[in-house]
Amino acid sequence: MQFVKPDINIDFTSKRKTAFVISTVFIIISIISLIIHKGPRYGVDFSGGTLIQVKFSSPVSIDDIKKGLAEIQLGKSSVQQFGDQNENEYLIRTDKSVLAAENFSLELKTVLETGTGGEADIRRIEMVGPQVGKDLREKALFAMFFSLLFITIYISGRFELKWLLSGFIAVVLICAVMIILKICNFFSLENSTPVLIAAAMIVTLILFWFLELKYAMGAIVALIHDVIITVGVFSIMDIEFTLPIIAALLTIIGYSLNDTIIVFDRIRENQRKYHKKRLEIIINGSINETLSRTILTSFTTLVVVLALFLIGGGIIHDFAFAILIGILTGTYSSVFVASPILLAWQGKSKKR
Amino acid sequence: MKDITWRLLLVLLVMITAVIYTLPTIQAGWWPHKKINLGLDLQGGMHLVLEVDTEKAVESTLERISQELRRDLKKKSIRYTGIKVHEGAGIALRLPDESVDKFENFISKEYRDLRIDSRSGENGINTLIINLPADEALHIKKMATEQALETIRNRIDQFGVSEPDIRIQGEKRILIQLPGIKNTQRAKDLIGKTALLEFKLVDETHNVTTALNDNPPPGSEILYEIHKADKTGRSSKTPMLIKKRTALTGATLTDARVQIDSQYNEPYVSIKFDKKGARDFARITGANIKKRLAIVLDNKVYSAPVIQGKISGGEARITGSFSTEEARDLAIILRAGALPAPVKILEERTVGPSLGSDSIKKGIFSIIAGGIIVVLFMLIYYKGSGLIADVALLVNILLIAGGLAAFQATLTLPGIAGVILTIGMAVDANVLIFERIREELRFGRTPRAAIDAGYSRATLTILDANVTTLIAALVLFQFGTGPVKGFAVTLSLGVIASLFTALVLTRLIFDYFLINRKIKSLSI
Repeated sequence: MQFVKPDINIDFTSKRKTAFVISTVFIIISIISLIIHKGPRYGVDFSGGTLIQVKFSSPVSIDDIKKGLAEIQLGKSSVQQFGDQNENEYLIRTDKSVLAAENFSLELKTVLETGTGGEADIRRIEMVGPQVGKDLREKALFAMFFSLLFITIYISGRFELKWLLSGFIAVVLICAVMIILKICNFFSLENSTPVLIAAAMIVTLILFWFLELKYAMGAIVALIHDVIITVGVFSIMDIEFTLPIIAALLTIIGYSLNDTIIVFDRIRENQRKYHKKRLEIIINGSINETLSRTILTSFTTLVVVLALFLIGGGIIHDFAFAILIGILTGTYSSVFVASPILLAWQGKSKKR
Repeated sequence: MKDITWRLLLVLLVMITAVIYTLPTIQAGWWPHKKINLGLDLQGGMHLVLEVDTEKAVESTLERISQELRRDLKKKSIRYTGIKVHEGAGIALRLPDESVDKFENFISKEYRDLRIDSRSGENGINTLIINLPADEALHIKKMATEQALETIRNRIDQFGVSEPDIRIQGEKRILIQLPGIKNTQRAKDLIGKTALLEFKLVDETHNVTTALNDNPPPGSEILYEIHKADKTGRSSKTPMLIKKRTALTGATLTDARVQIDSQYNEPYVSIKFDKKGARDFARITGANIKKRLAIVLDNKVYSAPVIQGKISGGEARITGSFSTEEARDLAIILRAGALPAPVKILEERTVGPSLGSDSIKKGIFSIIAGGIIVVLFMLIYYKGSGLIADVALLVNILLIAGGLAAFQATLTLPGIAGVILTIGMAVDANVLIFERIREELRFGRTPRAAIDAGYSRATLTILDANVTTLIAALVLFQFGTGPVKGFAVTLSLGVIASLFTALVLTRLIFDYFLINRKIKSLSI
């Protein structure tokens, strides 16, 4: 059985302008959405506050729940249906985080039951203080930063087979990060980590450009592309960022490279084999030759994540969704983002 | 391939080890007795992060020193006009001019570990700020956190939670994981109480109502007695005027037990002092007959009985309208002792057991559903070779399970998601190899050559793809706590297991068919 015929020959490279427009539009929309929403919407993990998951024995209305909640001072709170319609489960969120008070959960149960007239089962409480929320936010961004850093070093060494050079890049990057940190500290900037990540990425790209590490450049650009779009989709759909979502983003960072690696390895192999041929033809040939496995590997992963998304339950739902988007954009970017960057390089060296 | 037997031995060894480690999870009690731990999100339980107010520990040390100073200055007849602890600043001591030299002389001899921070003079009165050296303060803070951890561990052990995890996080935070706990409120009350037990005399010379309206008289303060009505659970407060001076603390307690009052059939807590405490208690009760002695816990008055006579046995009882449960918990915290400083709950995550078992059910269901689709797909798409990949997939899951048990890692809900992802990724490696083999076959290679080429060419690509995922997983492991860490663990295990199954196991099966069965065509 075969999905993709072995002699398939789609002209991918000629569509790179269209792909470029599509990607740019997606990234711009993502960034605009992030600006409009004033950054990603942080869940309780990062913003501090309290999240309560409650299940009722019979259908209740959100208004009744709110009426019950009004009895106790909860601050700014919101109520939302959770999971399947027939499970009568709701999420209550509030920005207050000092709910450790005595008898809180008992009181909550009582007011919910008198408000709705049904039996309430409090299944989950997550209370995160503002300080812990800030710490976790910082930690999450650092985790993103370090995984990008390590992967950058690995790629620059592995794709270009120049480990010495990758060591050099690592040193430059770390120095750059130290300098930026010093500057941030000097101006006592809050939330310096996003700046740090952005700056480190720019330094990386500049390094790759001047050192002519085109494969590494293509891979990293594709990676950033995938992460921005995933974050953007979350922002547009107004889904919360929680600790598991960060885990999903890190997984995307690791996984979305898979397809890129497959294509790039083939391009290098073919370049050695047919070094007379034009790069454009080699790239196109390589993408076509590997198209079957690109689609298949993404497909198998997509299927299992889809299973998780559909039946894994409410708590894991957003996590699965993030990985779904990551796989889709990762597959797309390996063909339409990473490879065209190699061509852009050819343009650059010709002009010289 | 001559080394086929060696590889066979290796594969068998790995698989048998995995099976041995997986078995105790299925059948409890089997050797090596290492079960897969379930995270709090799967078995239900409570995760708490507490912060110890270590500043308070420093402050109470300063308070103690200032009392000693007061006594010693009197003894040495060094005149002073005021001594007071300032929050975060040290002890402020006011001295007339003639005392300054004497005092400095005295302090450099008797209180070597104190240092004088600043001095200022005005109208013949000097203000000296005395403080602990910075490293001493740091030491006190560190000790406070460690002592708080010990005390909390004591309380939890006596409360009876199976396999609690209590550890210090950072400088002054304590992480507590209580799996399977049902009454979370009770546990929180038990953990969070400072449990500073004090005996103080009631100020009966002044009126409470006037003290409420105006300021309480110097040397006294208003504390509240909490009454609880049995049925409604509502509590009411009665203000009481209590002398500030602590007559006796609970530091000298040796035991605290729940007893039942035979007359009213009500539980109370009986406490026992050590020798020194018993002597002090006898002295205090003897000197204050017919006066009221308030039993104060964390600035709340539990009861204030009238002293009927000198109590010399070193035993006392704390009454109050307790339920048996409350009396039991009070006895536990009195036995475990007071926290050196108050604690604050910074983070709390509670998962009910029903949600946990729901999560397991849904997680396993997703694994089965995703797994079946992938298995069928590989079988249809790659036929015989697909079957080999499917065998590899099952072994892969077995290896993850064995790895989780062997490393005593914790399986969490995101961890289950990690297993599911691994199912998708594990076949990826086989897809890469099989596609390459098909390609080589199309070029007219023999099955043997095609398999050799397929594996050798795909190996590097597979390694790369997995290394990047592994990098992300390892970073995640470093950064994550609880559920997220569980995801990093299963993902890392899964990546390593899939490298093993794809590059060693499936190759071995192919080689077996090629060499031992001498098959001429590949089913792929």
